[in-house]
Amino acid sequence: MTKTLRALMGATALTAAGFGLAAQAETITIATVNNGDMIRMQRLASHFTEMHPDVTVEWVTLEENVLRQNVTTDIATGGGQYDVITIGTYEVPIWGELGWLQSLNDLGDDYNIDDLLPAVRGGLTVDGNLYASPFYGESSMVMYRTDLMEAAGLEMPEAPTWDFIRDAAAAMTDRDNEIYGICLRGKAGWGENMAFLTAMGNSFGARWFDMDWRPQFDTEAWSNTLNFYIDMMTQSGPPGASNNGFNENLALFQTGHCGMWIDATVAASFVTNPTDSQVADSVGFALAPDNGLGKRGNWLWAWSLAIPSSSDAPEAARQFIAWATGPDYAALVASEEGWANVPPGTRTSLYENQEYLDAAPFAAMTLRSMEAADPTNPTVDPVPYTGVQFVAIPEFAGLATEVGQFFSAALAGQTTAAAALEQAQELATEEMEAAGY
Amino acid sequence: MATQHSRSAARVMMAPAVFLLLVWMLVPLILTLWFSTLDYRPMRGTFDCCEGLGNYTRFVTSSAFLSSVVTTLQLVGGVLLITVIGGILLANLLDQPIWGQGVVRILVIAPFFVMPTVSALVWKNMFMNPVNGLFAHLFKALGLQPIDWLSQAPLFSIILIVSWQWLPFATLILLTAIQSLDSEQMEAAEMDGAGPISRFYHMTLPHLARSITVVVLIQTIFLLSIFAEIYVTTGGAFGTRTLTYLVYQRVIESQNVGLGSAGGIIAVILANIVALVLMRVVGKNLDA
Amino acid sequence: MARAVTTRRKIAYTALAWIIGLTIFFPILWTILTSFKTEAAAIADPPVFFNFDWTLENYAVVQERSDYMRYLWNSVALAVGSTVFGIIIAVPAAWSMAFVPAKRTKDILMWMLSTKMLPAVGVLYPIRLILIETGLLDSKAALIFILMMINLPIIIWMLYTYFREIPGEILEAARMDGAGLKAEILYVLTPMAIPGIASTVLLNIILAWNEAFWTLTLTTIDAAPLTAFIASYSSPEGLFYAKLSAASTMAIAPILIMGWFSQKQLVRGLTFGAVK
Repeated sequence: MTKTLRALMGATALTAAGFGLAAQAETITIATVNNGDMIRMQRLASHFTEMHPDVTVEWVTLEENVLRQNVTTDIATGGGQYDVITIGTYEVPIWGELGWLQSLNDLGDDYNIDDLLPAVRGGLTVDGNLYASPFYGESSMVMYRTDLMEAAGLEMPEAPTWDFIRDAAAAMTDRDNEIYGICLRGKAGWGENMAFLTAMGNSFGARWFDMDWRPQFDTEAWSNTLNFYIDMMTQSGPPGASNNGFNENLALFQTGHCGMWIDATVAASFVTNPTDSQVADSVGFALAPDNGLGKRGNWLWAWSLAIPSSSDAPEAARQFIAWATGPDYAALVASEEGWANVPPGTRTSLYENQEYLDAAPFAAMTLRSMEAADPTNPTVDPVPYTGVQFVAIPEFAGLATEVGQFFSAALAGQTTAAAALEQAQELATEEMEAAGY
Repeated sequence: MATQHSRSAARVMMAPAVFLLLVWMLVPLILTLWFSTLDYRPMRGTFDCCEGLGNYTRFVTSSAFLSSVVTTLQLVGGVLLITVIGGILLANLLDQPIWGQGVVRILVIAPFFVMPTVSALVWKNMFMNPVNGLFAHLFKALGLQPIDWLSQAPLFSIILIVSWQWLPFATLILLTAIQSLDSEQMEAAEMDGAGPISRFYHMTLPHLARSITVVVLIQTIFLLSIFAEIYVTTGGAFGTRTLTYLVYQRVIESQNVGLGSAGGIIAVILANIVALVLMRVVGKNLDA
Repeated sequence: MARAVTTRRKIAYTALAWIIGLTIFFPILWTILTSFKTEAAAIADPPVFFNFDWTLENYAVVQERSDYMRYLWNSVALAVGSTVFGIIIAVPAAWSMAFVPAKRTKDILMWMLSTKMLPAVGVLYPIRLILIETGLLDSKAALIFILMMINLPIIIWMLYTYFREIPGEILEAARMDGAGLKAEILYVLTPMAIPGIASTVLLNIILAWNEAFWTLTLTTIDAAPLTAFIASYSSPEGLFYAKLSAASTMAIAPILIMGWFSQKQLVRGLTFGAVK
């Protein structure tokens, strides 16, 4: 709706109120990702509008990259098209600091802010202000096929090492039957292969920048990371891995093509859901692998709801966020669609709820994975940045996507790991210099 | 008198189009030129004068620039080659007496109506996916190793998708041209003992020169700005980053509007050079 | 076709033409078929063609999630609106270029085409900022204007080439008879120009319908057409081939059907002066 129209509507509403017809209809436009949990929220939103008949909710549901592009452009130009936006832990600190988001310190007493998982809450807070409310949180972990693991004569430890993963992947691979030991992200993008590789790098002792913001792709730690990844994927990965992102791997795993898959913990509820997954009854979980250096290769992310400063219906937006991310939402989803479908990884109380723990076999591992990730201290060697699988600076998204393209090309065999790292180092140095570091 | 009258009338009639296009071109262009001299990075909160030509030098000297120009030319050239040759052959075939010509024509032109986004999504997922795609099933049925199209032959795959969309356009224009060929002349040539190949080469092809020019010109204009097909399939990875896509990465992904604007200006200049060359080489056919 | 053709040759040509035609059409056919499958059947190996349990569930799921009719209406409004205004501006311009050519006509034409060369994303920020200032973001009016401007050069050119084929003698004859400019246009030119205009209208509708950059970046709700609709299905979680196919079919069906019904009109004028 255009501003003029909105202003007009506001004016009519005021006049109406003046005549005692208190009909303060407000429309909020919500921009969200087309992930399963968000689509469920959209479906359940009628419960919200029943409680708030004066609020009309409009949905803009887009694929992740398109959404990010539209929301970013809108907020950067002050377009004010959205009242509630779905953003992640990468954007929140940057946008919060720029003053683009409204503080959400007061979402009402029912909201119970202290119930939020500390790591998640920390990632969404800037200078003591909460700038976004987590809708679901995730770390990454190993999901594996118990039947294939058994057939290979192996047993998955709770906290595997990378060497074990590599050997198990090779043992499980059966190319004639299209079973591939390991499925990992390979599609280029800062939120795709670079999320995985950055987190993996952490466990190999690699880091993006040293304390002087000098790019570190010329180090042995990165060389080890990338070579290990490419060797393992070449040996035991599916064909076309360099085009596989989260969704592609999910489809592969659900159709029984993957022995192991290291990815977002939210995938656990999809791969164990018998209506979508052909392997639902034979999935096991383990922590993301490590190399004995004290850091695991798991990340931390929270899709969160925030209100742009340019929103013209902040009160209604606040009410919506308090509803969608408040403690009662879990119970609502549970009553409508079962406990296993409750958005995970945001509140301590959920992991103390026996009904949830019974319904979600992956709950304990999810919580442990999330607790194992430390955004403020993500790497073996000290770094000047925060963020586990990203670096919370504005230049990261563009830079990491291009670096991701080099690494993706190396996975596809179009270039060597060494050459890809060299290109990455060159590009990162160039970009960081231009950005004034 | 009449001429005088109609001349001024003609001016009046052209005015709205010329005026609007002038505005449509100049306003964004001037703003883009202005932005291109700024350090405009919304994510940093900067909107600062004056970078001078800094953004331009950075854009042109970056390692991505030259390869993106080459990729653009390969993409445009590849699609033109396939659609023009394929279009000529297909148009000739459709010109033959066949049963159900109308239906076949409907089948052939259908891809032209499909949104680029949809066609890229369908090709990428349902055909080129190396595990669940139809090509993979086909290869396996033939006992071959499935090809991972989008990483083993990324640019070719995109050329294929785009050609599929534009082949109908080329075919239609060429078909109309072929149908206007004087059949009596053709028959006369046939009487004189000219074989089908020689007839095609000496009569059909020269007759088609004009329409080929048109196809090349129009398609080039559209192909230079190809975006959705790359965005959906490879996201610019594996050497499929065209100049348009590079500008997109600078503006949207890196949120460096100054740098991206400089890239946009460079892209216009290069596109106009291509257009000028095109006019010089093939434009003669458009006269008369 | 006056040539005597042997039946054998006709059979061969027919077979070849049908094979090629079906091959070209196959991706669309496959998408439509897949939209009626379950997700499991959609990726079945070996693929199933007709022998599966037909279901409308995918369409129901898609409709439940997004209000198809609203997107459809916006697509129609943008495509038709931009075409109507485009034609109103383009016809007089093309007419005057064709019948009252000046020295610079060709240059003006080429300049018009060159306005299409600025990469859209390069001017995204300027255009957005202008729309925000004028309060026209996510409005049909703005999108109609932009789509009109994008296609204007092409349709002017198309009309121009078509008009030029109308023999000038007819005009002169009309002028001899004392017809004024108005009568000349109304009674002599218009009837002859109708097929060309019809064809141009169709082409413009197709191009406007399928435009996917501006319609995606400048809209949210009120003006969002089917290109935005499809963007919410491009890679959802899990198995999605059948749902993607359903959404794709819904997005392309209206224009495909329109195209098929009007293909004769489209083809007739789609020459760009290629035929002499």
